[in-house]
Amino acid sequence: MRYLPKSPADRAAMLKSIGLGSIDDLFAPIPPEYRVTGDLDVPRQMAEFEIVDWFRQRSRENGDDYTSFLGAGAYYHYRPVIIDSLISRGEFLTAYTPYQAEVSQGTLQSIFEFQTMISELTGMDVANASMYDGSTASTEAVLMAVRLAGRRAVAVARSVHPEYREVLSTYAHHQGMPIREVGFEENGRVNLQELETSIIPQTACVLVQSPNFFGTIEDVAAIAEIAHKHNVLLVVAIAEAVSLGIVEPPRQADIVAMEAQSFGVPLGFGGPYCGVIATREQNVRQMPGRLAGQTVDRRGKRGFVLTLATREQHIRRERATSNICTNQALIALMANIFMTIYGKVGLQELAKQNLAKAAYAAEQFGKHAKVLFGRAPRFNEFAVETKEDAQVINGRLLGHKIVGGLPLRKFFPELGNAALWCCTEMTTRSAIDTAVGMLAESEADEPAAEAEEVVR
Amino acid sequence: MKRMTRKATRHLSQNEGLIFEKSSAGKAAWKLPPLDVPEVDTARLLGTAERKELANLPEVSEIEIIRHFTRLSTWNYAIDLGMYPLGSCTMKYNPRVNEVVTRLEGLANGHPYQPERISQGALRVMKLLSECLIEITGMDAITLQPAAGAHGELTGLLLVRAYLQSKGNPRKKILIPDSAHGTNPATAATVGYAVENLKSNSAGMVDVAALASQMNEDIAALMLTNPNTLGVFEQEIHKIADILHGQGGLVYMDGANMNALVGKARPGDFGVDLLHLNLHKTFSTPHGGGGPGSGPVAVRQALEPFLPKPVLVAKADGTLGFDYDRPQSIGRVRAFYGNFGMFTRALAYILANGPDGLRQTTEDAVLNANYIRKGLEGAYDLPYKTPSMHEVVFSDRLQAEKGVRTMDIAKRLIDYGFHPYTTAFPLIVPGALMIEPTESEPKEELDLFIEAMRSIAAEVEEDPKTVVDAPHSTRVSRLDEVTAARKPVLRWKP
Repeated sequence: MRYLPKSPADRAAMLKSIGLGSIDDLFAPIPPEYRVTGDLDVPRQMAEFEIVDWFRQRSRENGDDYTSFLGAGAYYHYRPVIIDSLISRGEFLTAYTPYQAEVSQGTLQSIFEFQTMISELTGMDVANASMYDGSTASTEAVLMAVRLAGRRAVAVARSVHPEYREVLSTYAHHQGMPIREVGFEENGRVNLQELETSIIPQTACVLVQSPNFFGTIEDVAAIAEIAHKHNVLLVVAIAEAVSLGIVEPPRQADIVAMEAQSFGVPLGFGGPYCGVIATREQNVRQMPGRLAGQTVDRRGKRGFVLTLATREQHIRRERATSNICTNQALIALMANIFMTIYGKVGLQELAKQNLAKAAYAAEQFGKHAKVLFGRAPRFNEFAVETKEDAQVINGRLLGHKIVGGLPLRKFFPELGNAALWCCTEMTTRSAIDTAVGMLAESEADEPAAEAEEVVR
Repeated sequence: MKRMTRKATRHLSQNEGLIFEKSSAGKAAWKLPPLDVPEVDTARLLGTAERKELANLPEVSEIEIIRHFTRLSTWNYAIDLGMYPLGSCTMKYNPRVNEVVTRLEGLANGHPYQPERISQGALRVMKLLSECLIEITGMDAITLQPAAGAHGELTGLLLVRAYLQSKGNPRKKILIPDSAHGTNPATAATVGYAVENLKSNSAGMVDVAALASQMNEDIAALMLTNPNTLGVFEQEIHKIADILHGQGGLVYMDGANMNALVGKARPGDFGVDLLHLNLHKTFSTPHGGGGPGSGPVAVRQALEPFLPKPVLVAKADGTLGFDYDRPQSIGRVRAFYGNFGMFTRALAYILANGPDGLRQTTEDAVLNANYIRKGLEGAYDLPYKTPSMHEVVFSDRLQAEKGVRTMDIAKRLIDYGFHPYTTAFPLIVPGALMIEPTESEPKEELDLFIEAMRSIAAEVEEDPKTVVDAPHSTRVSRLDEVTAARKPVLRWKP
């Protein structure tokens, strides 16, 4: 086996020095009736090029040449090549959690920089080293708010990503945390009146997302005013991190739960991504997850360590702020490098391109179908309602190697045929025009066959 | 430094400040193409939602970024540099073909919501990996959704609760041995269970008599790591399982130490009802400085209806798809389907090994641990003489007499060119030195490690101060963790 660095002679010599006759003697502690004697039924050992070939086939079966308009919590942005050059360095890739600070300063300093940039972007005081993803970060942020408030009820906007809400309800179910969902208005924003009436004396926090699941930017200031008037914490989830280049961050929030996938992390069929929690300084001791902090060594030289570990499971066990241990360090490093590449001005310009592409696309779609939630600002996603079922339209688009918007019926039956479309800097005008053209044909009740001829 | 090591030589490393300290307005590492759609009036589109003050991110050029992170990287120890003997962490070689296949266009850029028709490649990866892991563990079904080991534990205990609830009573407590990893009790609390401690016997194993007397119908499950954190196989596992099952409880296995068992023994055969795996330990996906991990949970058939949704299924037409219609499911534990990029890596590892390679891997891992144990006997105290599997736990009892503790020895090991072992864990061994070499170490590296450890033991006798003040060869000396926690500085400020 090519990964194993021993010759038969090495093994024999080692066994001899231990004083054992055979490898089987090493496994004597396992009762014989539980020992596997034959081969496991897994594929035979493969050569490297066989493995690569097997995965190449899987890659081809996975739509490797399609143009996509999907977003909905997972965004296709350009990944500058130096991200992979740098994270492929073995010293980052093959290091463990930086518990031994003297030989982990590279990882620790990079986490410190990550925490700084996330704090800057979100308008919060502090950010942690990462969480699993946006959905679990949102859930952990709510649990954190419950600890801070000492109350257990939660009000959640229905315009929060449906899968984030599902994860929250899985966790909340066994913690005696009642959840009230709050609907959205005609403009796609959370219904403020309903929000206010959903707050009860037991309510710990309000969870909203901005830009929300429909791409609509919430009026965070108004939401915060209601929450804080009732002495309730505000948790704001952000799924599309690039929005922070141009959209005012939720500075009025008490906790921000973010998905940083847009910052240089591949779509990768849903993971691994990079969740992160940011908050105000006074809340930091209830924060879950790892934190890197600055300190000095015995000679007074600046260095970094993992800190405030008494919040964590390896010290506090069943009284920890969370059970989280391994998180997403390497993915946070991707995001860190991405933020460093675009920087202050670049992220704004990038966000502007996203805004422009989506604005153009929404305008074009709007000529032939109904673009929903038009009366509130949006970032790079918008919902389009058609006469024809979105699945049927998408089926036709797929024939032209285009993946259309996400049909919303599954999550929001009341939105009928609507689909959620996303444009990023990667979406070309010609792809938008093609998609709009095909959708327009069907909306004009033209036969599908003719519609296909119009394109190309 | 009186004694010299054959393993490492000091050399220069580059100094590097924080990236913010290199920033100046007008530098850039990015370039966007001209817009192919009309420019927009941001103020008109966003109104009050427009960002007023830009985030203070650095402005630097590409070469500076390459140098910055390359310099930082050289300050890290890594498996690629040498042995990384952290106990219970399984720091094994991370094969590079895993990285290559994960970056293939269709897999790297597949969107989680793209139609199933054009997702068959990703689904086949998940299917084959699931089948392999089910075979390796001897279980009946699996979910790949959990994002890490602790997340797998959470999923597992939610499954326990849902299953017992379906029988009429979710029960109140989880039994956890005193040798367990901290995530076990933390997870039990997250799922709303009380934790009851279970004492180990003098051999470092579960005290079966104590277990029998503690077991009652309030106890939902036992969370057991096997081999346990002492590296000891729970030889009476069948009795343990019988005691739990006899009173309607379940056996949850923490699979952190599966590297001792793959191809040699299957949890499903010795009475385990469900377990999580750590793909970032046993199945070679990189730790990456603290993640991402992946924590699939394998279960017996009786628990299958409760698995997180969606569940991967083969359809009548032979294609694969997701089934969301799972009325008894515990729900989702994560958006989308899990850390897919870890699935490709773990599967590539399994394919590179095959059944013979997986078995040999386990054999070599156990051989390496026992070779170290033999090599260090006498120099360090071995509190439990029970045979070791993939890791061995010594204590600092002999060195403590000179005022030298396990952390000091660990720090001194850095000067000898090694990453420290796991210190002060498991908690049942005061001053523990927990050593897991994995299969990835050649005999030469093990010999150097033994030589280094014996040399440090000698230094403790001759010159304990050198050990207590270690490390002497790193960029920074021991860092002030107390001040870091008392006055936290968690971000850079201009």
